[in-house]
Amino acid sequence: MSQPLTIPDLVLTDLVAGDREDATAQLIAVLHAAGRVTDAEGFAADVRAREAQMPTGMPGGVGLPHARSEHVTAPSLAIGKLRDGVDWGAEDGPARLVFLIAAPAGGDADHLQILAALARRLVHASFRQSLLDAPDATTVAEIITREVVPS
Amino acid sequence: MKFVAVTSCPTGIAHTYMAAEALEQAGKAAGHEVVVETQGAAGSTPIDPAVIAAADGVIFAADLEVQNRDRFAGKPTVDVGVKKAVHDAPGVLGQAIAAVESGAVTGSAPAAAAAGPTTKVDPNASVGTRIRQWLMTGVSYMIPFVAAGGILIALGFMVAQAAWGQTGAVEVTQVTVQDLIQNFSIASGQDWAALLFQTGSAAFAFLVPVLSGFIAYGIANRPGLVPGFVGGSISVAIGAGFLGGLVTGFVAGFLALWISNWRVPKGVRGVMPVVVTPLLSSLITGFLMFVLIGRPIAALMDALTSWLNGLSGSNLILMGVLLGAMMGFDLGGPVNKVAYTFAVTGLATSGLGADAVQYRIMAAVMAAGMVAPLALATATFVRKRLFTPQEQENGKAAVLLGLSFISEGAIPFAAADPWRVIVSSVVGSGVTGALVMAFGSGLQAPHGGIWVLPLISNFGGFILAVLIGTLVSAAIVVALKSTRKLPEEAVADQQVAVAA
Repeated sequence: MSQPLTIPDLVLTDLVAGDREDATAQLIAVLHAAGRVTDAEGFAADVRAREAQMPTGMPGGVGLPHARSEHVTAPSLAIGKLRDGVDWGAEDGPARLVFLIAAPAGGDADHLQILAALARRLVHASFRQSLLDAPDATTVAEIITREVVPS
Repeated sequence: MKFVAVTSCPTGIAHTYMAAEALEQAGKAAGHEVVVETQGAAGSTPIDPAVIAAADGVIFAADLEVQNRDRFAGKPTVDVGVKKAVHDAPGVLGQAIAAVESGAVTGSAPAAAAAGPTTKVDPNASVGTRIRQWLMTGVSYMIPFVAAGGILIALGFMVAQAAWGQTGAVEVTQVTVQDLIQNFSIASGQDWAALLFQTGSAAFAFLVPVLSGFIAYGIANRPGLVPGFVGGSISVAIGAGFLGGLVTGFVAGFLALWISNWRVPKGVRGVMPVVVTPLLSSLITGFLMFVLIGRPIAALMDALTSWLNGLSGSNLILMGVLLGAMMGFDLGGPVNKVAYTFAVTGLATSGLGADAVQYRIMAAVMAAGMVAPLALATATFVRKRLFTPQEQENGKAAVLLGLSFISEGAIPFAAADPWRVIVSSVVGSGVTGALVMAFGSGLQAPHGGIWVLPLISNFGGFILAVLIGTLVSAAIVVALKSTRKLPEEAVADQQVAVAA
């Protein structure tokens, strides 16, 4: 893999957001700043379209907005930890961990495998907890890089 | 069990894999094998056809059309949205297990309806086949309660006999719950005996509710559970026993199915499964049981009791046949209870001589009550192929239950195949009742089976009577089951028994 899925720059450990839309926009902004998303507005529209099909709130306080988009240059993960959760449409309450997955439209299987591995890890409560407990962005990025490996 | 699953979602990068992981983890936690094919953006590797062939059931947690769906045809299938699997994988797995056990269609209604899942049950299959599957669903969930509760009670009797001596099996039933809570001592055998007995009794209190609840579940899925359990519990309360539980299982199941198919405004739809369906179906079941069934049963019990009282003093052997047959008829139901109460009430008569008729009646009743579980156990030993693997397991526990005068050990057999089992049980128990009277055994204790053997006069004759009745009954049930007609016809007969 040429680029790691996430880097400390893509982790917002103290995200303050009013709602889903706001949180997503802030995470898209860091992806854009890192050069992984070429058109922030265009990618936001793709994420919104996916979210409109079915909210991506997951059990355990997780929001998982994602899209495959032509505005994405490399498979990327931006992570936001929210002090005050925002509603992500999950039945068991608001999301305090938000993972924004950006996948290139023409991504090859290798790229997509790593995203699949990420999705599988997210199911495990211990994995989510370790991210919540991580003190800073560097630790979060390290955990992702270490734990998320294609099976 | 072994399951194969397919997951998919619109984008194919997140839910597909989360659902796959969640299902695999749920399977691991529950001890089932789940092999998942992720039909996601990263492409999918088809599951080995041999694995599919070996699977007991299929789970579709797919928001997209399942690719090459016909590979999975002909197996019990649950079809849920991918989100359901992500949020509640253990629940989805539970549905799949139930689908395999009952062969019935399960799954959240919209997804299932849209996708038209395949199942073992041909929707056009005869009513008889499906009735049998519903019955077996209830029985399979009841069996562990019978085994656990029965063995605990039997152990209670054993420990009691060691702790109190001869009369232990009687003494242990006199210890109240309050007494047990306040005075339990870890070193007291008597307290342990009471603890075992009370725990076993608590497990036994679930027999009929679980039977009824899971029959209703087989028919109506989740909405059937509440009215089914409630109905079964009412059946116990009004003394209708397991036959009443069979009735409430079917009544509650069809009520729940009917109500959950009502067309209701969208706003109400959310509260239907949680509030409206369980509430209405329980209420109607309760009304039917208390008002329509409760009264006739009470009247029947009164009539039988006064009839028995009127018979007192007539031919003792005839009396033994009647009481024995009653004990074997419904295994803890109203008829059984009348015979048993008649005998126990007799014990309370003051100033009885050692050879009093009342003691002989008690001996006949207890011996007859031991026959059904022992006979069914014997039948599972000599003719394995006539019974399901679960029934064979239950047969082993039934030996101990029968020896301990716990007639309920035979209920799983009787519930699964009422008329054959009841006919053989009635005949065998009647034979035993008559023989005990003929041999002149007497008994001064109301409980205990072989654990009160020292309290039985002429216990050689008593045991011989039980043995002969058991063999007669086992022979009849084997004969009846061997000449079983086609399954459909057999079930039609059951339907009659259930309706009766």
